[in-house]
Amino acid sequence: MTASSVGKPLDRVDGRLKVTGTATFSAEVAVANVAHAVIVGATISKGKITALDVGEAQRVPGVVAVLTHLNAAKVPGADKPTEMTDKVVQVLQNDAVLYDGQPIALVVADTLEHASHAASLVKATYAAEAAICEMDKEIGAGFAPKAAPGRPPPDSNRGDIDAALATAFARVDATYTTPCENHNPLEMHATIAVFQGEDHLTLYDATQGIFGLRKRISKAFDLKPENVRVISHFVGGGFGSKGSAWSHVFLAAMASRATGRAVKLSITRQQMFAFVGYRPQTIQQVTAAASKDGTLVALRHEVTSATSRFDTFAEPSANVTRMLYACPNVKTSHRLVRLDVATPTFTRAPGEASGSFALESALDELSYSLKMDPLALRLKNYAETDPDEKKPFSSKTLRDCYTQGAAKFGWSKRKPEPRSMRDGNWLVGFGMATATYPSRQSAASALARVKKDGSAQVLAGSQDIGTGTYTIMTQIAADALGMSVERVHFDLGDTTFPETPVSGGSQTASSVGSAVKRAGMAVRTKLIDLAVKGKGGPLNGMSAEQVDAEAGVLVSKQDRTKSDSYEAVLARNGLDQIEEKIDEKEKAERKDHSTHAFGAHFIEVKVDPDFGEVRVSRVVSAFAAGKILNRKTARSQFIGGIVWGLGLALHEHTERDPRTSRVVTKDLADYHVPVHADVPDMDIVMVDEVDPYVNEIGAKGVGEIGIVGVGAAIANAVYHATGKRVRSLPITLDKLL
Amino acid sequence: MVDASLKRPLSFDVNGKTVNVDVAPMARLLDVLREDLHLTGAKEGCGEGECGACAVIVDDKLVNSCLIPALQARGASVRTIEGVAKGDVLHDVQKAFLTWGGAQCGICTPGMVLAAVSLLEKNPKPTEQDVRVALAGNLCRCTGYMKIFESVLKACETAMARESASEAAR
Ligand code: FES
Ligand code: FES
Repeated sequence: MTASSVGKPLDRVDGRLKVTGTATFSAEVAVANVAHAVIVGATISKGKITALDVGEAQRVPGVVAVLTHLNAAKVPGADKPTEMTDKVVQVLQNDAVLYDGQPIALVVADTLEHASHAASLVKATYAAEAAICEMDKEIGAGFAPKAAPGRPPPDSNRGDIDAALATAFARVDATYTTPCENHNPLEMHATIAVFQGEDHLTLYDATQGIFGLRKRISKAFDLKPENVRVISHFVGGGFGSKGSAWSHVFLAAMASRATGRAVKLSITRQQMFAFVGYRPQTIQQVTAAASKDGTLVALRHEVTSATSRFDTFAEPSANVTRMLYACPNVKTSHRLVRLDVATPTFTRAPGEASGSFALESALDELSYSLKMDPLALRLKNYAETDPDEKKPFSSKTLRDCYTQGAAKFGWSKRKPEPRSMRDGNWLVGFGMATATYPSRQSAASALARVKKDGSAQVLAGSQDIGTGTYTIMTQIAADALGMSVERVHFDLGDTTFPETPVSGGSQTASSVGSAVKRAGMAVRTKLIDLAVKGKGGPLNGMSAEQVDAEAGVLVSKQDRTKSDSYEAVLARNGLDQIEEKIDEKEKAERKDHSTHAFGAHFIEVKVDPDFGEVRVSRVVSAFAAGKILNRKTARSQFIGGIVWGLGLALHEHTERDPRTSRVVTKDLADYHVPVHADVPDMDIVMVDEVDPYVNEIGAKGVGEIGIVGVGAAIANAVYHATGKRVRSLPITLDKLL
Repeated sequence: MVDASLKRPLSFDVNGKTVNVDVAPMARLLDVLREDLHLTGAKEGCGEGECGACAVIVDDKLVNSCLIPALQARGASVRTIEGVAKGDVLHDVQKAFLTWGGAQCGICTPGMVLAAVSLLEKNPKPTEQDVRVALAGNLCRCTGYMKIFESVLKACETAMARESASEAAR
């Protein structure tokens, strides 16, 4: 067998392009005769536009068009989401204003300067109505979201929670809240739309899902899907915000159709807070109860999250509570309240990130009531099988994550009493929490091709949002083809390539990787067949089983001097290339298993007792996520996720003015993401795990699990340091004084 | 009102070559680089000086090009990410980012690399703390930063090893 590339810490294959600044992101594609578009956003959060004065804007030299609801073409599908990722969009169809910053006009000009200047001259007059952005004002009107096909139901109930609570020894009842957070990938959403005639459209778009975007846009504009091409070679981070087709993509396409020009539309950082989604705020009520020895007897988790008036997205925070611990009596629910805000969306570990804060904080509280070590409490209630789905796990190595993480961290040095550990004046606290994330797989296709020069080309639609898709797919393909990575070229980000799912839910490695693997193996099998059954050659007449592939050469297993290169096989048989396209479905064995990745965080914080400043000083996190395809890119994903958790715990919060429902933290000066100075030393333990059932490649996905549990681990450490339980994120100084 | 369409001539050095371009009076250096000169390595992450994605080196100073009117660069010498490698040979910092995983999505990378290059030119032996301070104006949403300061420190090691090797050879 060829020396395996999968698992090796291969450098990013696109790394050179990135360090030299030559990776071409969507807004940077050179397109002829491109016009620049700038969106004008509403300055109220609810009401109607009574007048729009665009005269001055139109007079700015270079302005090609000013689109408003008075002249924009109708887009019948704008308010008809059909797929899970689809959103209702606001694309100048009427005079209604539904949220702060909603697009109310689009200025198109020859240069960005002219477009921006003209946009600043558009004058809107409104009839404003009172807008509500505080959840507690609407909580009485809470409603249950509709059950979506293929997704867990909003409510669950197993056992008899009331009976269990009546006899429990220890019990915690608490309300936890998480704030609205904006993803803020460093690359703003951008699109270049090019209509060729009336019925062909090309979009260069910063998206996590080229095929989902194609479907949504082709329907909305009544185009044949095959006449819409979406290209996205590099995406500057997504984290969920680029998983749906938002208003600006439609607007760019409308402008291109209206002006007959290519139109480039890069939204501003301020607009990143307006109409491209966010993690909704949640209010979560948790009851956790145990018997004297720490056995969990009841868990109740009631979640209310916020959504817009016109669309529905529920943050599934309680799903994690259904499956994480062996508890016989568990009741969960999700409710929504409508506010005068834009629609929220998937944000890194949607549900798990916010829900684990509540669940894992409550367990920590329970551990103090029980006078039990928080880690011991988790071990006591270790779920050997999935208590919700009532199925075995495809693999679960969480116990090793707990023990290895705890050992590396020095958890045994924790003194149980809060406020009992110090470093000089600083209060020191230890906190831990469990991490988990579902391991999904969706249907995906891939094509592999070996060419007569002995190199390979492998194609799958897909996206690389910074996660390392290019790199791991190259590794998977090389192994499957029996070639070295240098000879394999993997390409993605184009709807003319085989169809693949959205890069979200940590499913790209699993879904696309399985298809790539199978396509590569199919080509290898064909080559072997040709070598043993085709025209002549040193391996002719052998059985296929007797032949191995090694770095692009077929070798006889019995007599290693007998070999035949891929080039030679193709040439002898008069072929230019050999290719296979594979449509890979979910692996059949998944049905009988519950599939999740697991992990454990151990975090040390130092808190200034006088000023309440919290510094995360040490993180040890251990993960078992199936096969680790590339230790370097995986480590990056884990660390990146943990730092997102740090932001969730300590910094990030999109604030609205309750009087107007407008966002006041509309840039990176006011919306605080973690910076160099906030980040401690992080020790990542990757626990080996073999999973034969989860998918063809045994990898569970590493993009999201890193953030899960970090909010609680930090809050728990803060409690241990200070004796103050903060149940409302982010943990800012004022909450500790 | 100033006629915003009346362009003004601008001449400056970019990566060692003199360029002449007509620019709008208040055009940002970032846009002139990206749109007029097709040097898209400088990125816009915020447009208001918070993220460092647009960083370039102007006359040996690291600046955020989104905050600089292009005309202010008249006669200046500007270094962008495209001018950091010598032909095909990557700078130590670029190599280290590549090997140590300092780049993920790559949007912050040009600014990070330039900030690190600028630091090492002033202080070839920075401590980890120096690196964190020098790169404090550069935000990254993907890497969690750790790999970035690891990369910069590794780049210093490489440079120092090369220096001592060449000293030993002398
Ligand atoms: S774009 Fe210039 S600092 Fe962010
Ligand atoms: S690598 Fe994506 S923002 Fe830094």
